[in-house]
Amino acid sequence: MSSFNNKYQEELIANAAYIGSPGKGILAADESTGTIGKRLASISVENIETNRRALRELLFTTPGAFDCLSGVILFEETLYQKTAAGKPFVELLKEGGVLPGIKVDKGTIELAGTNGETTTQGLDGLGQRCQKYYEAGARFAKWRAVIKIGPNEPSELAIHENAYGLARYAVICQENGLVPIVEPEILVDGSHDINKCAEVTERVLAACYKALNDHHVLLEGTLLKPNMVTPGSDSPKVAPEVIAEYTIKALQRTVPAAVPAVVFLSGGQSEEQATLNLNAMNKFKGKKPWALSFSFGRALQQSTLKAWGGKDENIKKAQDAFISRCKANSQATLGTYKGDSTLGEGASESLHVKDYKY
Amino acid sequence: MSSFKSKYEDELIANAAYIGSPGKGILAADESTGTIGKRFANIKVENNESNRRVLRELLFTAPGCLECLSGVILFEETLYQKTAAGVPFVEVLKKGGVLPGIKVDKGTVELPGTNGETTTQGLDDLGQRCKKYYEAGARFAKWRAVLKIGPNEPSPLSIHENAYGLARYAVICQENGLVPIVEPEILVDGSHDIAKCADVTERVLAACYKALSDHHVLLEGTLLKPNMVTPGSDAPKVAAEVIAQHTVRALLRTVPAAVPAIVFLSGGQSEEEASVNLNAMNKLQGKKPWSLTFSYGRALQQSTLKAWGGKDENIAKAQAALLVRCKANSEATLGKYQGLLW
Repeated sequence: MSSFNNKYQEELIANAAYIGSPGKGILAADESTGTIGKRLASISVENIETNRRALRELLFTTPGAFDCLSGVILFEETLYQKTAAGKPFVELLKEGGVLPGIKVDKGTIELAGTNGETTTQGLDGLGQRCQKYYEAGARFAKWRAVIKIGPNEPSELAIHENAYGLARYAVICQENGLVPIVEPEILVDGSHDINKCAEVTERVLAACYKALNDHHVLLEGTLLKPNMVTPGSDSPKVAPEVIAEYTIKALQRTVPAAVPAVVFLSGGQSEEQATLNLNAMNKFKGKKPWALSFSFGRALQQSTLKAWGGKDENIKKAQDAFISRCKANSQATLGTYKGDSTLGEGASESLHVKDYKY
Repeated sequence: MSSFKSKYEDELIANAAYIGSPGKGILAADESTGTIGKRFANIKVENNESNRRVLRELLFTAPGCLECLSGVILFEETLYQKTAAGVPFVEVLKKGGVLPGIKVDKGTVELPGTNGETTTQGLDDLGQRCKKYYEAGARFAKWRAVLKIGPNEPSPLSIHENAYGLARYAVICQENGLVPIVEPEILVDGSHDIAKCADVTERVLAACYKALSDHHVLLEGTLLKPNMVTPGSDAPKVAAEVIAQHTVRALLRTVPAAVPAIVFLSGGQSEEEASVNLNAMNKLQGKKPWSLTFSYGRALQQSTLKAWGGKDENIAKAQAALLVRCKANSEATLGKYQGLLW
């Protein structure tokens, strides 16, 4: 095979396929301490370990949420945290049929000589870290590469570095039993049109799959987490059906059918926008040899956070907001979302932050 | 889009999709003058223009055969030939619902510093030649790149040169209205096992699709003509189902779903083997987002040539032999081939 021979092969294939189960998707709850601090600040909550723990417990104990989720991505701290009653989060997830995932990258740094383009760090000692995470119960990992669109961007260098960084991360994960989510996010920032986004997305994804092939990655044991193909944030919006068509065409042109599932990132989209777009993709008629699902962070948690505001007495209200978004996205993976979910406060609010850094 | 805007875009997409129609495939009748000479020598027929014309007329007018075909690849000489009654071959094909194709490469040359590895020539003025062929009625083209498996082969150089040559040829074709068949043939010669062939095939195909992306080729307007994944010619044979599994897996790992059809080459396989293997692929359960069909030369014509032997009185017999293979392969594209009845 072009992929290396791996003792975890069957498990990787089974877990990757499971993530793409119909009606399910991923909750991205892997905000770093710094990033979650910004979220907590926006609802006037102190950024301390106990609050971070309380938030994640709120999410993971929401009645019915696990029926809509096949995986949850965690930050390292959370992997080792427990419920107030003392049950490890990892156990809670596993009991609920949800695979625990772990963010393993160490953020982006600028590429010298470019116009603010970046590469992602985290390869040093990655194998040992993955081994540790597997022992702690993680079964998949995530690494975010970031690309931007500009007059001369993305450069060949940025595309190459990010694609080959992703490929190296991916094979190290597989060596250690973790399904790698390959995430080449092309930022939505800019005034470019949807054609430009499509062109860049196709170029970047083609480079990624060449790099994965060069690195002997087992595609059946990976997931892709791409941006949807949309106009830039400063450009006029288009209908979900247009986004669906452009996105699927880009994927048809670049993502081998051996990849079991594509789990979209939500970028700056509002909760409702992200769901409507995912729904349109699953309604689209055409070749779609991979499951099309979600790996949403802000687009699943925004109204939940607002409803919670850090107060115990709001937990039920917050969990209601959360299950509403979970169910909406679950339906969207089946193309059956009718847009009638009870919109929480802020569900239609754009979550775009310019030049977003985790 | 990542592809360039060709004025022929809709036509390219429609023609490529048509080639992959269920129950149909391609007859590769594009043997160069030299190559057809070897075939003729086997049946003691003189290699002159008249005989070459007679053979192709035999093939294209064989009753029932055109129904099994969506395309025929021609050598340049044949594109301009006619039936004895004066009907251009191109018209015979078009009337029969068959797209004429044209071989446009100019053969292989060795890459210095390698162990007998080659690259393919034919890019010079290719655009003008394609335009001419389009005017003559051609609607698709073919270019054969050749790679071999050895202790140090294929080398990165050979993979790169052949992949980028194919991509350049492909985009030039599309600029001129011809659907390019992308053919990266990995020779079956050798004693390697099927796992080795799979490994090399996946590496080569991944390189091809990166090159096609770099060259802004519209994948929906292309076809792929790969080798099946098999053990080397000097290694023990395996069952058709094993070939099918390894082949489809390699394709799932490398060929984007935007490609409408995969038209296998038959390499050194016998007529029957080529049909049985194709059939096994179409019976295989699992994801197959492209049609799986044939683009066979020897595997369609071998027994036809033998039956003909260059004699007019054998034409009907020869045409009947061709129909047997056409029907077999047509059924194989549907997974319905039952095998020889004798």
